[in-house]
Amino acid sequence: MSATTTNPRHSTGGTPVPPARKRNSLAKGKLPKWAIWAVAAGAIIIGAAASTLTGFNIAAFAIYSAIIFLVAATIITTVVEGKRRGTNAMWTYLIYACFIVALIPLASVLYTVLEKGLPGINSHFLFSSMNGVTGAVDNQSVNDGAPVVGGAYHAVMGTLLITLWATLISVPVGMLTAVYLVEYGQGKTLSKAITFFVDVMTGIPSIVAGLFAAAFFGLVLGPSARMGIVAAVALSVLMIPTVVRSTEEMLKIVPNELREASYALGVRRWRTILKVVVPTAISGIASGVTLAIARVIGETAPILVTAGIASNINLNVFANWMSTLPTFIYYQILTPTSPTNTDPSVQRAWAAALLLILMVMALNLLARLVASIFAPKKGR
Amino acid sequence: MTTNALTSKSSTSGRMGDKIFSGAALAAGILILVTLFAVAVFLLIQALPTFFADPAEVSGGQGFFTYIWPIVVGTVIAAAIALLIATPVGLGVALFISHFAPRKVAGPLGYVIDLLAAIPSVIYGAWGYMVLAPTLVPGFEWLSKNLGFIPLFEGPASQTGKTMLTAGIVLAVMVLPIITSLSREIFLQTPKLHEEAALALGATRWEMIKTAVIPFARPGIISAVMLGLGRALGETMAVALVLSTGNLIPSLIKTGNQTIAAEIALNFPEAFGLRLSELIAAGLVLFLITLLVNIIARGIISRHKEFSGAN
Repeated sequence: MSATTTNPRHSTGGTPVPPARKRNSLAKGKLPKWAIWAVAAGAIIIGAAASTLTGFNIAAFAIYSAIIFLVAATIITTVVEGKRRGTNAMWTYLIYACFIVALIPLASVLYTVLEKGLPGINSHFLFSSMNGVTGAVDNQSVNDGAPVVGGAYHAVMGTLLITLWATLISVPVGMLTAVYLVEYGQGKTLSKAITFFVDVMTGIPSIVAGLFAAAFFGLVLGPSARMGIVAAVALSVLMIPTVVRSTEEMLKIVPNELREASYALGVRRWRTILKVVVPTAISGIASGVTLAIARVIGETAPILVTAGIASNINLNVFANWMSTLPTFIYYQILTPTSPTNTDPSVQRAWAAALLLILMVMALNLLARLVASIFAPKKGR
Repeated sequence: MTTNALTSKSSTSGRMGDKIFSGAALAAGILILVTLFAVAVFLLIQALPTFFADPAEVSGGQGFFTYIWPIVVGTVIAAAIALLIATPVGLGVALFISHFAPRKVAGPLGYVIDLLAAIPSVIYGAWGYMVLAPTLVPGFEWLSKNLGFIPLFEGPASQTGKTMLTAGIVLAVMVLPIITSLSREIFLQTPKLHEEAALALGATRWEMIKTAVIPFARPGIISAVMLGLGRALGETMAVALVLSTGNLIPSLIKTGNQTIAAEIALNFPEAFGLRLSELIAAGLVLFLITLLVNIIARGIISRHKEFSGAN
């Protein structure tokens, strides 16, 4: 304020110059609000006409309308409001378009899974395996209109068991590593190396993790060692970095005053960590672990190369091949039980896909719930 | 007396506890390093027979290099298509959430995009196989009719739609949330003062983004794209289900091409002997490529650590 009022340039210089009548670009006319809607309506009409000329289909209609709208809106804004605002309008609509384009696959995937998966979900599907279901059975159910038999019980159990074992391996290792990084290793070269390689591990392709477990157990137990625990090891290679990262983030935000108060009372370091630091951060850790489980539960490739495929119920992770929901979906689609009548297999695959998505969504919700339930209590 | 005894007792057991606990933590940390090292070593051991085998015995009959080269190129092509689509769209979505959407809906919208990342890859594969591929067939025919003179779109177009371009689009959908969530984080960290200064100078919203947000976020954007690349290179299921494989060809809309990950997934269950070690060698190559990409990406992030919350 004071700078402008005492500025000598304005006070000197004789008679004040009358403001120029010419309007600058900032004060130029603005498009009325309805104009852009009018452009949109026009674009939709012309788009519909243009797509009818080339044989109507909804995709061509949407693309034509969008392009016409983008061009027309940019030109009109440029003419009325100037070039800079025209560019601004163009980029604004482009960015809105990006968002809409990104939503299309999400909506399409969710719709497809619901539409094709719901008819296949019934108690038979949930509580029986594929044992004894052959191509002949499927052919019969298509030809005679009998209900589709065969289910994913074995795959659900396989998924749960393998994920459980992977969690049992990854959570202790991941949490202890995070404790080392935050509580013991601050500033040490080793902890820097671990942080770096944990980041690198996050990017290991899932199939390579599977190959590693297969190669390792192949050397130890013979070349065709495929069972649940091998898959669990492969999944933990994918899971550990996620657990380490989330636990580390949570331990870092525990205030140092809590640790110091505990030390001041003469409490040992390990008891401080177990009784003070970890309980304070437990909500974040638990939700991080849940998200890590949600990430690995849908992995297909590592299971494919480590646990094989089974059509019967196998509840022992230490022997014989196992199926999980993802591999079940994969094989039902790629090698349908009956090569001539693929419908029953496709139906089972989508029902399993729906089940899998529900599991993943439930885990994601659970993670949020856990975060709020176990959140440290504030105040008294 | 009593106090003394108590302290001395608790301090010996406490000292042991301290040692055990810190030892366990250290061991867990080292275990991770050992695991990563073991991944490389075990893959190498199992892959060795391929490198020393008679070239005529390797698939294709001309040695490992001739076998792996086309599928490495195929992997790179698929990842390139995915990034060409996902980078502009992903950045657009990130900008939309960080700077265009009303503040109240921005949070939930970010959550919706994260949902894309939560959907398992096999479901994307199934979706690409059953929904996307048939939908794209007319588009491919149009491409081969009108742009057929470009080798990339050389016809006749596949009638099932199970082509490299379809696989690339499915990969793009899977990579999109990675690019979006990382770059959104960085866009949100642009200093408010820079943005407001640009607006105060009369910049439009786009000019503000161009002059204040993008230059600030550039290293973050690059590393987000690199991490997306790492994911696209290693993604298996989408390609294994969507692509009907074949030899390396330039056309993206014909049946053909193959990627490393899909090659392994499709052939591993029946493989034994030399074929097994061939596939593990292919996995080793994939591991090295993604390792390189990830190290570069992480390097960029850590060099600009003060900017990004994406690490």
